[in-house]
Amino acid sequence: MAFLEVKGIEKSFGRTEVLKGIDFSMEKGEVLAIIGSSGSGKTTLLRCLNFLETPDRGSILVNGDVMFDCEEAPYSDSAKREKRLHFGLVFQSFNLFPQYNVLRNISLAPELRRIRGKKLPKAEKKKIRNDIDENSRRLLDTVGLAAKTYSYPCELSGGQQQRVAIARALALDPDILCFDEPTSALDPELTGEVLRVIRELKSSDRTMIVVTHEMNFARGVADKVIFMADGIIEEYGTPDEVFGNPKSPVTKAFLEKSLENI
Amino acid sequence: MSFWEVTKQLADGFGVTLMIFGITLVASLPLGLIMTFGSMSKIPPIKWLVKTFVWIIRGTPLMLQIILIFYGPGLLGLEIKLPRMTAVIIAFIINYSCYFSEIYRGGIESIPKGQYEAGQVLGMTKKQIFFKVVLFQVIKRIVPPMGNEIITLVKDTSLARVIAVTELVKAAERIVTLKGLIWPLFYIGAFYLLFSALLTFLLNLAEKKMNYYSI
Repeated sequence: MAFLEVKGIEKSFGRTEVLKGIDFSMEKGEVLAIIGSSGSGKTTLLRCLNFLETPDRGSILVNGDVMFDCEEAPYSDSAKREKRLHFGLVFQSFNLFPQYNVLRNISLAPELRRIRGKKLPKAEKKKIRNDIDENSRRLLDTVGLAAKTYSYPCELSGGQQQRVAIARALALDPDILCFDEPTSALDPELTGEVLRVIRELKSSDRTMIVVTHEMNFARGVADKVIFMADGIIEEYGTPDEVFGNPKSPVTKAFLEKSLENI
Repeated sequence: MSFWEVTKQLADGFGVTLMIFGITLVASLPLGLIMTFGSMSKIPPIKWLVKTFVWIIRGTPLMLQIILIFYGPGLLGLEIKLPRMTAVIIAFIINYSCYFSEIYRGGIESIPKGQYEAGQVLGMTKKQIFFKVVLFQVIKRIVPPMGNEIITLVKDTSLARVIAVTELVKAAERIVTLKGLIWPLFYIGAFYLLFSALLTFLLNLAEKKMNYYSI
């Protein structure tokens, strides 16, 4: 049984069919890159996994547990909240909380989750807070930003903000961390630092799905590559298969075009 | 009439002005937020009811609203007769809640969707997202327009004289007609100016305090 199983996901917005039946699965510790031109449904697929969109059809399983099944939907808000914690999402536009410093950006969600509205003895609350604080600092160190612990997002470069966003997503320890074009909003000289962090996460066996336009990154880092076109998976395989020997003419055309630009 | 006597009479009027100002502000700030939730409600009847109400209140003069609330029940043959001050305060609270609610709505709608989504994917509840993520950003954005409205409120209190509530302007007018003095009218101008100067100072302070980050 695969770690993540996505079966028959379909999604329309009004009359526009964005996803027309997406099936794939991945193993624990794998890195999956999703490539494809704009409007092919990559982002929508990622948003479905993170419950930001509700698929019209299909199901999603993590470790055999049903996360989403169109037969069971709609889920209550609290059920969604529990299930979506299996996934983490790093946004294209970072979406850090501007009023909090870097440390607070990372520790806020775990603290709300583990302490708020729970009747715990004071000593225990304090212990949990210390745990979270320690973990947040460790994560900041992982993304190489320990020096910016008390800075505010507006004081950071885009690349630094995105690294904070990665630490923030990791703070809840999701089973699968998703990236929605994590470097698309960055200046070219800043993409490297973000991609480096993602590469390091791979070596610590994090399961990740990365929607990206960085072909070299997809080729070099991903274990599997999905090429999406027009709401379906046009090609699936190892980077060597997809980049080296694409079967579908659509994939071929896309790759030729994107490699032209490099 | 000596300067001292005039000052004393005007101070009484200013007390009434401050009372209208203070009660209106304290009541309208939270009431406006409730109306905002109404006008942003996903239930169409509630939304349209609140929106229509806001349209009516913002579309008619506050002076007319004061008159109608005070004389209206009597004109309709009802036995209710509100004390003048109560009528004024009701009219002001309703009026200012509507204006505040629109400012709040603008502030809430100006927060990027990504902030809500970030909260959602981090497993926060709707309430947590509003209070922990969005609210402070909204406050930062609405301080300037709220400041405008609050300073307007200081001067709007003079409308209470239309139903003979002796606030600052009415108190000065009385001296003008009874004693034939003109200068108290200029004198009350100074009251308003000083008070709005104080408010401006406080509002600037609030703005500065929130300047530690930018969006």
